Amino acid sequence: MQKDNLKPYDFMTFNNQIYKSMKILVCISNVPDTTTKITFTNDNTQFNTSGVQFIVNPYDEIALSRAIELCEGGKGTVTVINVGEVATEPTIRKALAIGADDAVRINAAPRDAYFTAYQIAEYAKSNDFDMILCGRESIDYNGSQVAAMIGEFLDIPSISIIKKLDSDGSTATVEREIEGGKEIISVTGKFIASCAEGTAEPKIPNMRGIMSARTKPLQVVEAKEIAQLSKVQQFETPPPRGAVKLVPAEDPAKLIDLLHQEAKVI
Amino acid sequence: MSVLVYVEQVDGKFKKSVFEAVSYAKAIADKQSTNLTAISIGNVGENELKELGKYGASRVLNVSNDQLKNFVNQAYASVIAEAAKKENADVIVLSNSFSGKGLAPRIAVKLEAGLVDGAVELPQLDGGKFQVKKTAFSGKAFAITELTSAIKVIALNPNAFGTKENATDAAIEAFSPEVKSTDLAAIVKEVIRATNKISLPDAELVVSAGRGLKGPENWGMIEELASLLGAATACSKPVSDADWRPHEEHVGQTGIAISPNLYIAIGISGAIQHLAGVSSSKVIVVINKDPEAPFFKVADYGIVGDAFEVVPKLIEALKAHKG
Ligand SMILES: Cc1cc2nc3c(=O)[nH]c(=O)nc-3n(C[C@H](O)[C@H](O)[C@H](O)COP(=O)(O)OP(=O)(O)OC[C@H]3O[C@@H](n4cnc5c(N)ncnc54)[C@H](O)[C@@H]3O)c2cc1C
Ligand SMILES: Nc1ncnc2c1ncn2[C@@H]1O[C@H](COP(=O)(O)O)[C@@H](O)[C@H]1O
Repeated sequence: MQKDNLKPYDFMTFNNQIYKSMKILVCISNVPDTTTKITFTNDNTQFNTSGVQFIVNPYDEIALSRAIELCEGGKGTVTVINVGEVATEPTIRKALAIGADDAVRINAAPRDAYFTAYQIAEYAKSNDFDMILCGRESIDYNGSQVAAMIGEFLDIPSISIIKKLDSDGSTATVEREIEGGKEIISVTGKFIASCAEGTAEPKIPNMRGIMSARTKPLQVVEAKEIAQLSKVQQFETPPPRGAVKLVPAEDPAKLIDLLHQEAKVI
Repeated sequence: MSVLVYVEQVDGKFKKSVFEAVSYAKAIADKQSTNLTAISIGNVGENELKELGKYGASRVLNVSNDQLKNFVNQAYASVIAEAAKKENADVIVLSNSFSGKGLAPRIAVKLEAGLVDGAVELPQLDGGKFQVKKTAFSGKAFAITELTSAIKVIALNPNAFGTKENATDAAIEAFSPEVKSTDLAAIVKEVIRATNKISLPDAELVVSAGRGLKGPENWGMIEELASLLGAATACSKPVSDADWRPHEEHVGQTGIAISPNLYIAIGISGAIQHLAGVSSSKVIVVINKDPEAPFFKVADYGIVGDAFEVVPKLIEALKAHKG
């Protein structure tokens, strides 16, 4: 790599080699804890947040952990971004404690994926990131939408549901999950990927991380307006199942009968 | 106005989930008194394309281009959006597969269309509104989502609608939109697919096992049961975390969410995060030695017993049943 055309903060030396320093943006979503019992209010039009603990979306933790690994030893910097109101700041601080270098909060309630992706894309346009990582899906709305939408807004490749990610700074190799197998994909230049299990072991914040998270930069940016294309009108909870029919352990043939004759699934 | 359905091919063939998406798209076209066109990308033979007529596609746009032999998210999205424009489509249907999840959002942005992912029912069109029911909170709830845009994109969950025959003679037309080189920046180097296994996200029957099985060496009976049933195998998170089974078998809140016709859970306690991914299965069978295991509360059928005794007997009974 030629040093001449780079600004001083754009490169670093490592093992006597000059590398362009990598800039990774990780999108983190603030979601109800996985043990939350899901209930709704206002005639089932709103998620009932009372007593609910919010966390960093588990897949985003995986994305963040991989980003931190890729930047270890000063090879780059990790910025986390969240579209959310001020109440999401504890979640953002948690991401900083895990090891992100700085954070951005786009100050708005995330209306839908289209809105969220647009805000993140607008921020990314004016800040030169080499790679953007998301989680496979947010565990609340489960859209798996935001990452590919950002990719489209930025006109860069998006690779959904990856399980492995390596990068030499200019070309990345990723494994994408497909039905019954995987694809090995090579991508040169900027891209966005959404990470699933396997991409990294989620990192747990240590004491130093928690202390330093308080003073790491957290920039707040106002949201931009964009058309609203979808709106959740109502939530429903699944109907309860009837009582379980128990079959004696000595007689599994009875179970086969029931599945065949009564449930008609085999 | 028309409805466009993207039909994803695997090695030149369509899977059942594709015929489901076609059946679903046809039902929408009928509701709107319009026609259904399918778009296929990759090298699919004429006979296979004709199959789409069975489920109601009256035309098939066939994109056969060596550059697009393998799935490239960006390029495929451009091609489908081009087709939607050409067909003046106002509803675009895909199957909510791994590839579908990558495509639908890009198509939606290109067409400034509202998107519903994980749809489980036909749209409700009452009062001029367009509302679709989808899963939310990892299967712990449903969200009725209204799309207010002129163009709508819907990704249908596998196994949610079923296939409906609707015999039509599908007219096949070549479609060759230009492919931008910038749309081909991500290159598929290799596709690795286990051909002898039923893929979990598409499976109608699933046999799943958890930590109650004690170790990876005990999965022989699980695989035997699954293969007798023609079922896919799945597992709980601690099982894949411990590398007893591969990650792609892990179901639940942080794994794959599935809704097969039959889910058999063996030696799985039924933690809330596990249930999140499987509770929309149509029939749930639980085999657990602990009668207090929470999984029994959401099961349709259950056996309280030791898996190491029950499963071999179940295998024998199944063999007898099959004759
Ligand atoms: C953020 C987060 C996300 C998570 N996501 C997921 C997820 O996506 N999927 C998931 O599965 N878990 C998930 N979990 C983990 C979840 O909370 C449970 O720990 C896990 O599901 C338990 O797995 P298990 O039922 O296999 O094991 P255990 O809870 O240990 O249960 C084993 C069961 O086997 C029974 N058993 C033992 N021996 C026998 C025998 N011989 N015969 C019959 N039965 C026997 C026992 O009675 C027991 O009920 C998540 C946890 C967290 C915190
Ligand atoms: N409000 C948000 N702020 C930042 N990133 C988000 C937000 N919502 C979703 N994301 C990212 O997009 C991914 C997919 O989310 P979704 O499309 O909602 O399933 C998440 O795993 C996050 O990485």
